[in-house]
Amino acid sequence: MESNEKKPRYGMVIDLDRCNGCGNCTLACAVENNVPPAHENANERTGITWMRVQKVDNNRPYPENRSVYFPLTCQQCDHHTPCESVCPQKAVEYDTETGIVAQIPVRCLGCRYCMTACPYHARYFNWWDPEWPKGMETALNPDVSTRMRGVVEKCNFCHGRLQAARAKAAVEGRRAIADAEYIPACAESCPTKAIYFGNLADAGSEVSRLAKEKNSFRLLEQLGTEPKVYFRSEQSWVHEQMNAKLKTAEKEKIHG
Amino acid sequence: MKFQFLWFLAGLCVMLFIGWIVFPYALYERREQPLQFSHKVHTETAGMSCDNCHAFKEDGRFTGIPALSKCMECHTDVIGTSPHERTLVDEYVKQNREIPWLVYARQPQNAYFSHASHVKLAGLNCDRCHGPHGTSDSLRTYARNRISGYSRDIWGNSISGIKTASWDGMKMDDCADCHNQHNVPNTCLKCHK
Repeated sequence: MESNEKKPRYGMVIDLDRCNGCGNCTLACAVENNVPPAHENANERTGITWMRVQKVDNNRPYPENRSVYFPLTCQQCDHHTPCESVCPQKAVEYDTETGIVAQIPVRCLGCRYCMTACPYHARYFNWWDPEWPKGMETALNPDVSTRMRGVVEKCNFCHGRLQAARAKAAVEGRRAIADAEYIPACAESCPTKAIYFGNLADAGSEVSRLAKEKNSFRLLEQLGTEPKVYFRSEQSWVHEQMNAKLKTAEKEKIHG
Repeated sequence: MKFQFLWFLAGLCVMLFIGWIVFPYALYERREQPLQFSHKVHTETAGMSCDNCHAFKEDGRFTGIPALSKCMECHTDVIGTSPHERTLVDEYVKQNREIPWLVYARQPQNAYFSHASHVKLAGLNCDRCHGPHGTSDSLRTYARNRISGYSRDIWGNSISGIKTASWDGMKMDDCADCHNQHNVPNTCLKCHK
């Protein structure tokens, strides 16, 4: 299906009833985006994972105890994007063409104001220069630049894949890409197909249909940041516990 | 009083000479290509077209400077009289070694450029950005900026930044100017990866 005239708004719906917390998305993301293996001194706060699987549970005793895993990544806020509005360097940009929030690491001065501003703890700071085990640098993805020590980075919905899809379309003489041509690595690699990806501006797409369902929600919706990442679960406690998890993380500074 | 003014003028001239001539000259390190290559011979005498060697791949990538295997389609042995061709055969083809070309248009690693969208969709000709390189008879000296490590072609030949030709300069401003003229969005991710 060709995208319609309206500019796309790329978004994601993550079905938490399908996610089993395997972490394949984290791995696929790191490989796709040239995230190096963690430094020997890295811990949960200083390590880099553009997509990180978190766990929440309903805090009830066995046998009513239930746990849910949720992959947390940049929520691609559509409205007064907190990281963008605080960046003193214009190193964060809301791409009006796609709705993707872009991070330009070479422009970043490393003040980490954006990390403080991000309510979703989706931004990561490079505490060390990237290092790959010998030979592994030959397997780097040429569509994504590597980052240096002292800059912030985050998910950009595998923008390199969007560029590649556009280039392929251009060779065939097409200006627009079909929805199926562009899918981020996490969605592609999810073994339980829990991650749906597509164009939210297209009312006929599967993501916009799922995003409007009653079981779908967004994190910390009261902030009015209009994230383009939706979650869905039929278990009613999940939404509340996820928000609570994010707030605790803020208090304990778990993710920097 | 008269001499003071002359001294000032002489000093000014010396400093301008250093700033505009000596420094730019010293800033660039000149290197010759490992091998000479004539686009003219290949296009005129051999009757080849640009896309015989510089082709698009189905996945949207552009081959850029072709690999040795492309040269070997014709030059497995010496077929002409040029001494450079002999070097190619002896030092590269027979030893199966890739030619370490110095790429005039090499961009920083965080720059993204799609030849496909500029050539196929926007209809730009090669010389819009690469100048008359495709009709040249020899490869010019490559100049490398000692500080940034980038090719002289990125800043452009004109040190003052005043362009005399559309291909003079391949820096971000040059891309952005053309994008602005053609109402193409200048968002960061358009050209950065």
